[in-house]
Amino acid sequence: MELTAILFYLFSILTVGAAAVMVFSRNIVHSAFALMFALVGVASLYVLLYADFLAATQLLVYVGGILILILFGVMLTTQGHNLNFKSVSVNLIPASILSVTAAGLLIFAFTTTAWAFIEPVERSETVYELGMLLMGDYILPFIIVGVLLLIAIIGAILMSTRLATTSDTTSSDLTE
Amino acid sequence: MIGIDWYLALSAVLFIIGVIGVLIRRNAIVILMCVELMLNSVNISLIAFASHHGDITGQVLVFFVLAVAAAEAVIGLAIILAIFRNNLSIDITKVNLLRW
Repeated sequence: MELTAILFYLFSILTVGAAAVMVFSRNIVHSAFALMFALVGVASLYVLLYADFLAATQLLVYVGGILILILFGVMLTTQGHNLNFKSVSVNLIPASILSVTAAGLLIFAFTTTAWAFIEPVERSETVYELGMLLMGDYILPFIIVGVLLLIAIIGAILMSTRLATTSDTTSSDLTE
Repeated sequence: MIGIDWYLALSAVLFIIGVIGVLIRRNAIVILMCVELMLNSVNISLIAFASHHGDITGQVLVFFVLAVAAAEAVIGLAIILAIFRNNLSIDITKVNLLRW
């Protein structure tokens, strides 16, 4: 077996195992750290698919940004008592039926389709082509995504700060 | 060389794990993390297709998915903090203000 196959199996086992730990763990902090391992595994799979810029972006945005944000959310909202898995989960039977159906449909779809693919082109770097595409053909979605991020930041600040500018009665009414 | 079907299978498995997490967990933050996992699985299949077709356009799409996922996480956490401030709990079965 060649090296890429071994690496693929290693990283996919790491990713799927970490994802399973994340979903089925009782402790929310364990879930957050399992999410970190899953995201790192996904970034390694990007490297195996010759997407070096996106692997770096995945590490920066997900592991460095979103995961820290989620850990802050955990720390701000934790209750401090450990619950067993029965009490942290709901709807086990309908959820398992629905997800088994969805898994069957997905597996049926990609085993019965004849994928027309070529061998992956070995790229030394993708940054140049990606930058040309982003600044050329996809300049309008790029700008729209930038505006979307700005609106998201403003909305998050508005929602998460207490309304301090209003008078005392209204602010106490709103925060109660 | 690993074929595209293995990447698609991995993507499907990750997506199903995310769906199970969204459906069975009661903690809103874990649900948010499962949504991130589902977005990641879709990104894997997009990059696999882009790489196995020799076309880099799929990676541009993944770039936009990353940006939208960041915005979604920020807004989701702000909503969760607002819910926590009002309910003193992030158990989504207790968020039933609009339930009939």
